[in-house]
Amino acid sequence: MSGLIEFWRTHHAELVRLLGQHIVLVLISTGVAAAVGIPAGILAFRRPRIGQPLLFLANVAQTIPSLALFGFLLPLPFIGGVGSRTALVTLTLYALLPIVRTTVGGLRSLDRAVVDAGVAMGMTPRQLLFMVELPLALPSIVAGLRVATVIGVGTATIAAAIGAGGLGEYIFRGLSMVDSTTILAGAIPAAALALCADGGLAWLEHRLRSQRASFGRPVLVGAAALTAVIVLAWSASAGPSGASVVVGSKNFTEQVVLGELLAQAIEAEGLQVVRKLNLGGTFICDRAVRSGDIDLYVEYTGTAVTAVFHEDVPHDAGQAFERTRQLYARAGITALDPLGFNNTFAVLVRGRDARQLGLRSIDDLRAVAGQWTPGFGYEFLQRADGYPGLIKIYELGFRTAPRAMDLSLIYKALAEGQVDVIAGDATSALIDALDLTALEDSRRYFPPYDAVTLIRTPALLRHPEIGRAIARLSGRISERDMRGMNRAVDLDRRDPADVAKEFLASK
Amino acid sequence: MNVVEFDAAAFGYANRPEVLSGLTLSIEPGEVVVLVGRSGAGKSTILRLANRLLLPTSGAVRVEGRDTREWDGIRLRRRIGYVLQDVGLFPHMSVEENVGLVPRLERWAADRIRTRAHALLDLVGLPPASFAWRRPSELSGGQRQRVGVARALAADPPILLMDEPFGALDPVTRLELQREFLRIQRELKTTVVLVTHDMSEAFTLARRIGVLDAGRLVICDVPAAVARSQDPRVALLLETMPRVPRDGNGS
Repeated sequence: MSGLIEFWRTHHAELVRLLGQHIVLVLISTGVAAAVGIPAGILAFRRPRIGQPLLFLANVAQTIPSLALFGFLLPLPFIGGVGSRTALVTLTLYALLPIVRTTVGGLRSLDRAVVDAGVAMGMTPRQLLFMVELPLALPSIVAGLRVATVIGVGTATIAAAIGAGGLGEYIFRGLSMVDSTTILAGAIPAAALALCADGGLAWLEHRLRSQRASFGRPVLVGAAALTAVIVLAWSASAGPSGASVVVGSKNFTEQVVLGELLAQAIEAEGLQVVRKLNLGGTFICDRAVRSGDIDLYVEYTGTAVTAVFHEDVPHDAGQAFERTRQLYARAGITALDPLGFNNTFAVLVRGRDARQLGLRSIDDLRAVAGQWTPGFGYEFLQRADGYPGLIKIYELGFRTAPRAMDLSLIYKALAEGQVDVIAGDATSALIDALDLTALEDSRRYFPPYDAVTLIRTPALLRHPEIGRAIARLSGRISERDMRGMNRAVDLDRRDPADVAKEFLASK
Repeated sequence: MNVVEFDAAAFGYANRPEVLSGLTLSIEPGEVVVLVGRSGAGKSTILRLANRLLLPTSGAVRVEGRDTREWDGIRLRRRIGYVLQDVGLFPHMSVEENVGLVPRLERWAADRIRTRAHALLDLVGLPPASFAWRRPSELSGGQRQRVGVARALAADPPILLMDEPFGALDPVTRLELQREFLRIQRELKTTVVLVTHDMSEAFTLARRIGVLDAGRLVICDVPAAVARSQDPRVALLLETMPRVPRDGNGS
């Protein structure tokens, strides 16, 4: 608990900014959803033939898991891309259903006699809508807004996965560092935000339902409070502007540290840098750099050739890098010289098991595989250079199908005995810390995974100083260096930015 | 000239063709016509034809000499006051706002609406000082019905349609309101078509009583003539009011 308060104290400015981003995301998406959803609900009520399909569409959108929806929208032009645009579209889609539904429901449940009286008194359809139907359905509509807002606060945490910012950044950062303090640092304010939004709108709904009260006051108070929140959130969320270079990274510790290294090296050249770290997996970063949402990030040669370009990888490190360079050049992306270390996949088992059973190489696994449960990251299960090839080359037959789990949880799952063998990063600090043993890749199944900086060629031409800054890093980061930095972040709970800063100073 | 005139007017739906068949009836200015009949006899349909909520499937309905097909429905309805059994007061508006609604739709000036609403509340026996600001939920059933009448009269309509207006009230309140109603009607000389299933109410209020059965008008005449009718459908209704002395049929 004291660690949490300490975290908030030291990250005070960042917390305010992320909270601001979070609120802006939710407010804009709920606002747009209300602007679309309330008229759509009215239409659905007045013209069921148009309305029913609308309601159906909103229902369908609601059933798509949020991460899948983010991923689905990511490659689309105009609305997709890494950053807040995709997040806003997704959040808006989620907010639509409760709003449309409660609007229709509120209008349908009106007292027939009241509506009849309006018609019999000579109201036009428009007058009936604005003077009778909408005012009476307003409490229901506000109830829908309330549901939409609370869902929005929750879903917006996931938006951090695609670089939209918000409190989810702490949650994802914490997950990748297996650090519950950081997770709570994001989760608690998010929960508090949801409760506040729920309470405020519940109050408004209650005021509207008690028909003694005048309608004007609660709406005015609500609108004033909302305006204040928007202004505050907007000013808090505004990050640095006019930046010219965007650095991205994948969503694990090493990548965040590398992103910081690149960012600080470029800043040393006097350029402004925007950090979009912790974006997501390989595929998200690849899309981001191709679409120009980010200018550069660090990729691994083996990953690039197999997972991105679906080719077989040469087992020679030099050839692998050459192939990587050629493939990216066609896409307008330059692969700069390798940074120096090879973060290959490591097949890991508990140190205790390795010692008792005398496990040295992956070959030795064959003897025990029949009793063991493997656990792998989602990406490793899919990639050609991942699980399918591994069991084929080493002729492994495990007891069960592999359990799919998030990369950030997998080391702990192994140490705690939930699974018996995993594939992790060779540079992970957790290998030593959790007493895990890396088995030797005796059949040289895993290709080389040398870290290289990928940069959009136009950005490199515009700012040749970036090339110079990164050239100073190439070949300078050894596997030991990398493990050390990972360890500093994952185990010593240090800030990635500080770790990167110290490393640059030491070079 | 007749204020409302039904000329062989019929109405029905595809699955229920004879809700109302061949109604011929003329209502004179200042007259109170009460239509009586059991549920489903077509009483409410007659009211809805008069203010063009429905159009006749055959025949014609004329209001102030003009076929309802030629009337603009909105304009017509603003000239016709309408009181429903469930009152249908707007729960989100004060009593004063409810009463002033049609004048507001007609874009009267605010102070004129206010003056008018207060005058009408006085007329229906609800002193504006203690009632104008209340919400419908703060009124008794009888008070609500009074507001309903005041609202229907707000824009000084020449015609007032009333659909079982006193049906949901207790007998004492009902009697009180019926008397008030007669007083107001004599004062304003509004033409009234009132629908009820209560024969004694018809005898209390009507200048003419029309008896409806299965979509047909059996008789429409002064109360004394209705009381003497030999028609079994009328007799059945008369039997529902034991205290009214019947003469001329030998019982």
